[in-house]
Amino acid sequence: MGLCTICQVAVLIPRSLHDALGALDGHPGALVLAGGTDLMVEVNEGHRRIEPDLTVVAVDRVPELRTWTLDRAAGTLRIGAGVSYAELEDEPLAELLPALAQAARTVGSPQIRNAATIGGNLATCSPAGDGLPVLSALGATVELASAAGTRTLPVDEFMLGVKRTALQPGELLTAVTVPLLQGWQGYAKVGVRNAMVIAIAGACVAVDGPSRSVRLALGSVAPTVVRAAEAEAYAAANVAWSGDPVDPAVATEFGRLAAEASRPIDDHRATAAYRRHAVEVLSRRLLTRAFA
Amino acid sequence: MSETYRLHVNGVDHEVADGWLGESLLYVLRERLGLYGSKGACEQGECGSCSVLVDGELVCACLVLAAGAVGRPIVTIEGIGAGGELTDVQRAFVDTGAVQCGFCTPGLIMATHRLLDRDPDPADIDIREALSGNICRCTGYGRIVEAVQRVAVARRGGAR
Repeated sequence: MGLCTICQVAVLIPRSLHDALGALDGHPGALVLAGGTDLMVEVNEGHRRIEPDLTVVAVDRVPELRTWTLDRAAGTLRIGAGVSYAELEDEPLAELLPALAQAARTVGSPQIRNAATIGGNLATCSPAGDGLPVLSALGATVELASAAGTRTLPVDEFMLGVKRTALQPGELLTAVTVPLLQGWQGYAKVGVRNAMVIAIAGACVAVDGPSRSVRLALGSVAPTVVRAAEAEAYAAANVAWSGDPVDPAVATEFGRLAAEASRPIDDHRATAAYRRHAVEVLSRRLLTRAFA
Repeated sequence: MSETYRLHVNGVDHEVADGWLGESLLYVLRERLGLYGSKGACEQGECGSCSVLVDGELVCACLVLAAGAVGRPIVTIEGIGAGGELTDVQRAFVDTGAVQCGFCTPGLIMATHRLLDRDPDPADIDIREALSGNICRCTGYGRIVEAVQRVAVARRGGAR
């Protein structure tokens, strides 16, 4: 029966993490559906072939994935993979992770942010994912669970390339744990308008006063997020940790090193040269704001 | 695997039979349940014409897997008013001339209801941000923003 019996799909809706992991254990090739804002676009446009007997595991009603936990003693915030961008852009999370809130606010539209999740952003691993440079700069760790157990990975080791991650069949991204740094942090992005725009270039600067470190992660200028290690080391050695504004020449050099760390391509959204210029300007501005 | 499932739309349970389980909620609303108010244009969450409420949250129906929405209350433009009456938001859109071709209007009405339920006194920038996911190619948005402001003022008892 049905219009398309040959490509019939099974949709499983687990109501607990245990059941979700059980579903993935039984169907290791299943598609995991969270907010749907990436997956359904691919399905609607026919870019993702729906094979016969495919199983979809819809994880949006797994309560364990929708919670977050603040651990003041450890100085970390553990965010369930199913927490939406709408939650990240609002208090109380916005105050804890301002750069992630800024990135969240630039994602799609209110409709998209109500559905889209931080876990989905990570698991899709688009080069332009707005949350990803922030998580990289903050030194976040992802939690990957399966019926066999749970492992953790630094987010920089989780993101392998264009839409490629370290997720194994049967594994579910369950949470991301973010250290709460002590210092300024911000995300900036270039796109064609303020809403509904995929980043042409994005950058996150995060400062940690106690360790005197400056982190810089770049988005949309390489197959996946790039940490600009030289720019970071240069900034840490050359900013005034006493609280004085950064020397404009230092900010300029920081931007130049950021551009040097990027590996952009030409595509329909922008040229490589434009992207390189954009990350240079964004990085320079972010450092200037960080040490104003 | 079940080929029939139920969706709870506008307070009524609807049986969806003979569907392919990969269908979007927008497709099911329009093509299987005959609810043509939600419009389909971009099918990628860019235009907002298919905005509906699922569990009270404003989302694009084109990006919701229909079979994944089983058991969640869904409200479409057909269910936003009571007894076939226009809501205050719909009336304000008519009164201000915020409707031209009308294609984007159902989505904008849904987004406006969601905004005003959450924030009864939105600033201009809040209105524009709340409606930033709804594209209108006719009006230039001026009268749409005016319609939203008019409802906000009226709901506060007319005080500016």
